[in-house]
Amino acid sequence: MNVNVQFREDGDLLVGFIEGEIDTYSAPILRDELELIRLSEGLLVELDLSNVNYMDSTGLGVFVAFYKKIVKENARLKLVNLSARLTRLFEITGLSELMEIEKGGAANASI
Amino acid sequence: MEQIRKQYKKILSDYIGNQSESDLYIGQNFIKRMIQKNVTPEEVISIHKRALEEIYDDIPDSVLHGYDFLIEVMVHFGLKVQEHQALLAKQEELRIEMEVAAKIQNLLLETEVPKPRGVDIGMISVPLRKMNGDYVHFMHDDDRFLSVAVTDVVGKGVPAALCMSMVKYGLDTLEYANSNPSYVLEVLNKIIEKSVDDSMFVSLCYARYNLKTNVFTWSSAGHEPSLYYQAATESFHDLEAKGLLLGILPETKYTQQDIELNDGDFVIIMTDGVTDFREKEEFDPREKIKELANSYRHLSAQAMCEEIYKELQRLHNFKLVDDFSVVVIKK
Repeated sequence: MNVNVQFREDGDLLVGFIEGEIDTYSAPILRDELELIRLSEGLLVELDLSNVNYMDSTGLGVFVAFYKKIVKENARLKLVNLSARLTRLFEITGLSELMEIEKGGAANASI
Repeated sequence: MEQIRKQYKKILSDYIGNQSESDLYIGQNFIKRMIQKNVTPEEVISIHKRALEEIYDDIPDSVLHGYDFLIEVMVHFGLKVQEHQALLAKQEELRIEMEVAAKIQNLLLETEVPKPRGVDIGMISVPLRKMNGDYVHFMHDDDRFLSVAVTDVVGKGVPAALCMSMVKYGLDTLEYANSNPSYVLEVLNKIIEKSVDDSMFVSLCYARYNLKTNVFTWSSAGHEPSLYYQAATESFHDLEAKGLLLGILPETKYTQQDIELNDGDFVIIMTDGVTDFREKEEFDPREKIKELANSYRHLSAQAMCEEIYKELQRLHNFKLVDDFSVVVIKK
């Protein structure tokens, strides 16, 4: 199973488009990609999950660890365009109360 | 090395002279000794070349160049073989480690399903691989309270097993089955948060059943909501509970809720391995489980667990994707 991330930078906003499946095998790949991001105070990292077909709890682990790093560096994290299933996963685990989760994002300004 | 050269030369010249089976056999055994003395493949060829040069003084230079080529090429062959051996050794090491960890885990995490009066309890917990990432812990003391913790540790292998041991010891320390579920989660959360790395966490559902009042109290930390069947109305309800996974923040607070169980009611607590249906996008696993529980509701709690497992296993074409645990508590 594969995952990849495309980044787009715009000043204080870094958008990452994640595509594929995040499971035990591909989670380390995603983790390594996110590790490459240079976090700085005031940076907003927006991760777009519209093309994530599947995620299990190992995938959650990657986001949790990344979220903790973001908090440490005083940056911000937003997860956008989650499918209904993914949204439910974040809700059950309580992570939706912790992290910013949105339906739309800077990439698709919805009217 | 000189010894080896001399012996090799003798064996070689004997074979060249007679071409007998026994000389070949002697040569093969000699190679074993050479391996023991850590002679590399390219050194063997070099020894062979030297031996031939000493036996025949009319070997053309071209043939000797051919040998030089072979020696060089063998160096790489030898390196690759070494790499391969190292990988095999590493694999074996890991396998042994996993076996040891699994044995320890099995010992530590033995759990007996209690049989209190007035309530029927069933459980099934099947790991995907050797180590079970799910754990079910029962506590039943005095005749008043029965508690159960169903937990799912994220991550695999030894770190996950250690995390699970922490849950187990935490629960053991809390000792009494009458502790409030929200309190239990708060304590466990503190223990786990301190000791695990940033990408590790635990989902846990803790429930306490008061055998005298029939009140079922539950609290959940990021766990798949339990299912409650109410016999009187023949309907299912999701026992929703908002609560953050254990191990993420140090001071997480949890809430708990109560319901009263009447005859014929049951509760199903499960881990997300039960509801994980990756292939079938349109399929609602929870609806399926309600369907199954409904059709098997006349069976014993243990039989219900087993039928649900069999059916879900079949739906996955016998290839479940995660550890699978179901607990059924039936009044």
